[in-house]
Amino acid sequence: MAEVEIPIGPQHPALKEPVNFRVFVDGERVVRLDLDVSYNHRGIEKAAEARDFPRALYLIERICGICSHAHATNFVKGIETIMGVNVPRRARYLRVIVGELERIHSHLLWLGVAAHEIGFNTLFMYTWRDREIVQDILEAISGNRVNYGVNTLGGVRRDLTDGLRARILEDVRTLEARSRYYLDVLTQEETFLVRTRRVGFLSRERAEALGAVGPTSRASGIPFDIRRVDPYEAYEELPVEVITASTCDVLGRTVVRAREISESLRIIREAVENLPGGPISVPAPRAAPKGEVVSRYEAPRGELIHYIRTNGTDKVDRLDARTPTLANWPSVVDAMVGHYLADIPVVVSAIDPCLSCTSRITVCDLGDRTKSVLTWDDLRDHGIRFYRERRGV
Amino acid sequence: MEPYGFLVYLLVFPGLGFLVTFALFGEWFDRKLTARMQSRMGPPWFQPWADFVKLLSKEDITPEGVPRRLYASVPLFAFAAVASAFLYVPVVFPTSPFAFQGDLVLVLYLLSLPPILTFLLGWTSGNLFARVGAIRAVSQLFVYEVPFFIAAFGPAIATGSWSISDIASAQRSGLWFLFLQPLGFGVGLIGLQAKLERTPFDIPGAETEIVGGPITELTGRKLAIFHLAMDMALVTGAALLVALFLGGPTVPGVNEGLAAGALGFLVFLAKVLFVVFLLTALKTALGRLRIDQLVRWGWTVLTPLALVQLAVALVMAAGGIP
Repeated sequence: MAEVEIPIGPQHPALKEPVNFRVFVDGERVVRLDLDVSYNHRGIEKAAEARDFPRALYLIERICGICSHAHATNFVKGIETIMGVNVPRRARYLRVIVGELERIHSHLLWLGVAAHEIGFNTLFMYTWRDREIVQDILEAISGNRVNYGVNTLGGVRRDLTDGLRARILEDVRTLEARSRYYLDVLTQEETFLVRTRRVGFLSRERAEALGAVGPTSRASGIPFDIRRVDPYEAYEELPVEVITASTCDVLGRTVVRAREISESLRIIREAVENLPGGPISVPAPRAAPKGEVVSRYEAPRGELIHYIRTNGTDKVDRLDARTPTLANWPSVVDAMVGHYLADIPVVVSAIDPCLSCTSRITVCDLGDRTKSVLTWDDLRDHGIRFYRERRGV
Repeated sequence: MEPYGFLVYLLVFPGLGFLVTFALFGEWFDRKLTARMQSRMGPPWFQPWADFVKLLSKEDITPEGVPRRLYASVPLFAFAAVASAFLYVPVVFPTSPFAFQGDLVLVLYLLSLPPILTFLLGWTSGNLFARVGAIRAVSQLFVYEVPFFIAAFGPAIATGSWSISDIASAQRSGLWFLFLQPLGFGVGLIGLQAKLERTPFDIPGAETEIVGGPITELTGRKLAIFHLAMDMALVTGAALLVALFLGGPTVPGVNEGLAAGALGFLVFLAKVLFVVFLLTALKTALGRLRIDQLVRWGWTVLTPLALVQLAVALVMAAGGIP
């Protein structure tokens, strides 16, 4: 059979967000893959420059629906570093608790999606049912299920009462039993194993060369976790065990995430039990001095980077967010070649892609490898030209 | 049977009217069970009816460049094939009024038509996803049909007849072929699951890979009829397994009269729903296989198992054991 090009996306049942793969297959085998990721550019970085810090914080939190706390924490952490604000210990612990709860709900969601991709719908329903427990805790803490709005400059806005602490500990016990069950299912269920073992192979060398992050790199045996290598918030007092796998395949990425759920539950238990007293926030100045910072955070999907530059006002001069999904895309293209058409959904979902959070635009010339910046007038001209040529407007 | 009796049998009970009702009930039973096994609520009993009526009222689209008549007739052929097959499966009494020597072969043939028609549908509809699905449907067909046929021949050899009715009657005493040929029943069950393209064999219609598979372009009335045909195939296939391996509508000790008919019918319903339950359990417990994995597994595990069962059945038949 000759090569056939199969378009997957931008609209496709396997995709929750717009992305386009042009898959060239020979029969059922994938020969090569072209990727087009930027379908949802929202201009958030530019919009952040127009708002003062507290307002920008709400905007940044909305970069991603699933790792909203990751973005918000990373942003305030950076601003606080520039301002030199010392966040109280209790606030640091609370940020960790919400952050780890978010990791669990993200991983449970991912587990369901991955199971659905290989047609294992029962596991999908089970994990999403148990995810509700986490969502309920988050709602009890913050009043919200998605964008928690817990952070503020100088600390957090929500405190844990003793009653809530007892409830969290009880729910953590339930979740611990469930996460053990899932680990059993994932490592013993035969149809799951045959669909994930040796699928989407990414060697340690390739993972390093392509700059993979998060569970994707940890499943290739790279013990890299920002919570460990560059501890922030309360992670110095609550050391994290970095979970790795050596199988370098989708199964490894699944097992890493399943075990990270257990590890997160352990951290939450420790943090809730040893929650220090004191205030939950300190007043922060309105404006930040001139400075720049690279803020790093271990989001559920991997290393999240915010580059923040301030100019002495109450707004950021420049903000750049590098989401973990962007770092992981090259590894997908690499891991896919030679596999079957049927493996595409599960290999793609194995990096837990969060597409709309990833859309950024950099103009670069592939020939001489230079980057350039578009001015507002350039952009306007481009837009007018685009619609005139393509749509005849 | 009188001419009117035949007509009633053909069109009302236990022919077409009953089959359609039972098929939609079977779909609901399957969906509800699946939902409960996945800790969901599941649909109300009339959901399949509502879906059917809704689809009938939807716009009926034929893609450009597709042979219109052929495309429209494929769902009808599938419907007719399954409805005909059901006539030879005993429902009330152990003997169907249409029974003849060789109806087992006919039913097996009629039941293998829907997958072939699925291929035709996917191939002609001109959609890329449908085409990939169609190729998968045919690749899969060769894997499961052979063991399914061999498994169905086991009871026939043991009975010495090619009539489903004879095979069902032979199990009147309560000694079902399930006990004599458990391996054959297992292979038959798996073969039926694959025939119906349900998880783990839903490879041709794998939603996350190729959208709707062969039926991607199917809409409106055609989709409604095709869905109905697949529902009918579910209960007909289950009924065939019941007749071959679970004694059909026979009740030990009750052989004649109205009581036998009524009891036989109830027993038939219970047994068919039991087989559907097994198929549903299989569906919820497993994930989807990949086509290459299925082909390898089918030829190295399933077919040899069916052959072993056939050999055992032949030896037993030669030795005069029932």
